[in-house]
Amino acid sequence: MSEQVPVLECRNLSVSYFVRAGEIPAVVDFTMKLMPGEAQGIVGESGCGKSTVALAIMNYMGRNGAIVGGQILFEGRDMRTMSDEELRQIRGSKIAMVYQEPMASLNPSMKIGDQLAEVPLFHEGVSEDEAKRRAREMLSNVRLPDPGRIMESYPHQISGGQQQRVVIAMALLSNPKLLLLDEPTTALDVTVEAGIVELIKEISSEFGTSMIYISHNLGLILETCDRITVMYSGEAVEVGDIHTVFNNMRHPYTRGLFNSIPVPGADKNARPLVAIRGQLPLPHERPKGCYFGPRCDYFEAGRCDAGHLPMEEVAPGSNHFVRCVRFAEIDWEALKPKPKEQEPIEPGDVVLRVENLTKHYEVEHTGLLFVSEKRTVKANEKISFRAREAETVAIVGESGCGKSTFAKVLMGLEEASAGRVQLGNLELSKLPVEARDGATISRLQMVFQNPFDTLNPSHTVGAQIARVIKKFGIEKDPERIRERVYELLDTVKLPRDFADRKPRQLSGGQKQRVGIARAFAGDPKMVIADEPVSALDVSVQAAVTGLLMDIQRENRTTLLFISHDLSVVRYLSDRIVVMYLGQIMEKGLTEEIFSPPYHPYTEALLSAVPIADTRVEKRKVVLTGELPSPTDPPKGCPFSTRCPYVIEGLCETTPPPVRSFSDSHTIACHLEEARLTAMEPVIKIDDDPAQAAE
Amino acid sequence: MAVTTQVPGSSSLLERLQRPRVIIALMLVMWLPLMTYVMFGNYLGQQLKDLILLPAIPATFLLWLVAVISWRESWVAVLGVTLVFFWLLVAVSAPYLPLIDPNKPIAPFTVPGLERKGHYFILGADLKGRDMLSRTLWGCQRVLVWGVTATLVAYIIGSMLGLLAGYLAGWWDEVISFISNVLLSFPVMVLYILILNYLGPSGFNIVIAVTFASAPAIMRIVRGLTLDMKSRDYIFAAQTRGEHPLWIMLVELLPNARGPIIVDACLRLGYTTVAITTLTFLGLGLPPPDPDWGLMIKEAAKVAMLWKFSYMLLIPALAVSSLILGFNLMADGLREMSLKD
Repeated sequence: MSEQVPVLECRNLSVSYFVRAGEIPAVVDFTMKLMPGEAQGIVGESGCGKSTVALAIMNYMGRNGAIVGGQILFEGRDMRTMSDEELRQIRGSKIAMVYQEPMASLNPSMKIGDQLAEVPLFHEGVSEDEAKRRAREMLSNVRLPDPGRIMESYPHQISGGQQQRVVIAMALLSNPKLLLLDEPTTALDVTVEAGIVELIKEISSEFGTSMIYISHNLGLILETCDRITVMYSGEAVEVGDIHTVFNNMRHPYTRGLFNSIPVPGADKNARPLVAIRGQLPLPHERPKGCYFGPRCDYFEAGRCDAGHLPMEEVAPGSNHFVRCVRFAEIDWEALKPKPKEQEPIEPGDVVLRVENLTKHYEVEHTGLLFVSEKRTVKANEKISFRAREAETVAIVGESGCGKSTFAKVLMGLEEASAGRVQLGNLELSKLPVEARDGATISRLQMVFQNPFDTLNPSHTVGAQIARVIKKFGIEKDPERIRERVYELLDTVKLPRDFADRKPRQLSGGQKQRVGIARAFAGDPKMVIADEPVSALDVSVQAAVTGLLMDIQRENRTTLLFISHDLSVVRYLSDRIVVMYLGQIMEKGLTEEIFSPPYHPYTEALLSAVPIADTRVEKRKVVLTGELPSPTDPPKGCPFSTRCPYVIEGLCETTPPPVRSFSDSHTIACHLEEARLTAMEPVIKIDDDPAQAAE
Repeated sequence: MAVTTQVPGSSSLLERLQRPRVIIALMLVMWLPLMTYVMFGNYLGQQLKDLILLPAIPATFLLWLVAVISWRESWVAVLGVTLVFFWLLVAVSAPYLPLIDPNKPIAPFTVPGLERKGHYFILGADLKGRDMLSRTLWGCQRVLVWGVTATLVAYIIGSMLGLLAGYLAGWWDEVISFISNVLLSFPVMVLYILILNYLGPSGFNIVIAVTFASAPAIMRIVRGLTLDMKSRDYIFAAQTRGEHPLWIMLVELLPNARGPIIVDACLRLGYTTVAITTLTFLGLGLPPPDPDWGLMIKEAAKVAMLWKFSYMLLIPALAVSSLILGFNLMADGLREMSLKD
């Protein structure tokens, strides 16, 4: 290993952007060594500079970015001394990059075969036939079914997961030494993501390509990489072997990061998540010395803020580096986080009753010669479940499963086609929002997914919360309304002077808090939270979920939590409803969902969720195939096209029977009860005695 | 801990001037007297007419100052704003400037820089002997007032239609889009000539004609913006708390469309100014004898073939061009700045 030349080496790399306000250092003193065949993960929250590192390696920093210090050595040669022509040759042929949005990387007006063939045509000058042959071969290497058809397709004709496979194929076609993956699966569904992750792992073993995998998801890094670099505010704070860092982290930020993600074992009552306090400093407001200082529990004035901290090796020869002056003094075992234990909430009476709720859309499809063809999209099909007071019910499913349609019906923006929805004694399924009175509307409110969209950018935060209070007639007097706005801001732990701010002055997490304050302004009985934390950074996620739980505890609100993230769902919900293509596949208490018997879809979903815990062992269940279109679902069980247990001749044609395993636990599947019960658990926690005693 | 910290109570006079409320007040102080003076000048008493524009002069000057300071990062915008405000300042202060009566024939065909009958003609006199300088400076009043009014009315109607078509969709969209497509299919000039021939030439009819010609295009812009915004979560939030569609359109949607609307309005002010000048040139615009740039060009057209007298045409033409250039540069600068942030 020691004689080998590293594929890529960054030595004290510093990158800055130059804007009107002056120089903004995006990456400071970044050092990394990537050996041939190695996979290195870079993890960090948004704005920590991880993408800038990738762009610096590609030398694609735009007009206002520049490398201001340090070196980037590619196979031992400094890339900063290379000519433009040399760089151009290296990019694409020796270094290839895969971006987050697959559709943005593909030319929408070119057939996939032609786009792929361009790579060997341009870089190696092979004949067109040869280029096409290689393209086809590579498509089958990335496990795409029917490469011939894909070659002849345009990018929009294939699904997101397939597009990302095509992009990876394109990156691999030039046989690169180094593959940069910048959040390659963030835009994809979990079960599709699992397939891509599997593919990436196979590539590194098959082709020996070195990889840099950039992600905010620690679980994904654990599954794909050998080494990990944790970045915070433009600096690498901890570098080391993946298992070393995951089990014996030596930087307070890394510790904070791990404490704020839900892993199996975290529980909202017994072991709640611990968020990192404060927020990421802006690049031009970074503190002196350790950038993490103001948020760190081990901060010591005079040492931590003395000056720029160097990277130090934890133990000689351990190859584990950390940027902290106090790492040796901190007692890492004794200072395990001490979360506040809380009493479980006792659920009350049934608040929401959903019975056989069905929502169909008629879609007119104008075909050839203006013959219009009517099709029915079955967005929701016979959904039934109940939610009690002060209970958290999670609806889990991937895109297109009908979660959002269900929320719309509940909120009165769409009318149900059939079935009943009862909130208390009130029938809501045919009652549009215009026909509901203020009291009813205020009892049912919603927290939205995208923090950047949830607030109107033109109005102040205070005015937006005040409008809700006024609209629902809770207070009339302007003085009292203002007082109530302040109280709500206190509840969501935001300073009162935020009332006069515009949303653009707030960070994503703060906006989401305002969104929560707005939803709770009318004292709702029930709040629908549509992926409220999926767009937030992990450390902020913990704070926002914690806040939601606290408010729920206080007001005994029923929370309907819509999400695709099973880790978060496991952490905070009491009961779970698993949906697939508009139908309920399985429902039950959280423990029942996470242990056998499983529905085959739940099993795959559980297996697909990356878990950032080295103690966890997962059984691999990788689904093949793509999500069928909701306009043309399979006749029988909607999952039959991707199910590994499919019973030929039965599952495709007959809707599955609902089997119940306890009062609360039902599974809709053709498999016999004995077979479902005999399933092995997907997630096994390999508890060592020390941890079990805790 | 906060992202940005504001220190309350320590704002300077200039910062206080930049508050939206102050700016709107200043605009009203500038605009209302000017509009009254030009549109309803004949109904005002002579005494009131003499005084009404006085408060507008400092207001215009302050507005220019605020605009230059807040847009100082873009020299294009500053140049545009300065050109526009030069003409605005001229418009509000024309009655108080030491100018010869613009409608008094003195010495026909006096070339610039000559003294005749006791008057010194800096920019010469036109074919009827009226002072060109005085006519050019007085002329900007009518062009500005009618141009801005017409654009404003077109914007109010166009935005309303755009919001209705975009937000309510369905039949509203079908009908509004169809009508505007029909209107858009006419060449603009033909539309103007048709409407003004039918209604007769006057300032208010110009406003109607401009509205018919511009509102469909404005409606398209606003409709597009609305379609993009109406799927945002904050609109969804407003719907789920049972807001009236009118509230959603005016309070939730319209303020967020203002950026592109303002940029387009600056450009459209330029088009409208050209249109009004052209209409006057064709004899369909503002009635003589009061000075107006289009009218001046029209009258000069007969004699401007002679090189010696081309100044009669060039001076008002340059005045129009500088105003339109000002509007266009302002639009460019605003767009540039909106892209930066």
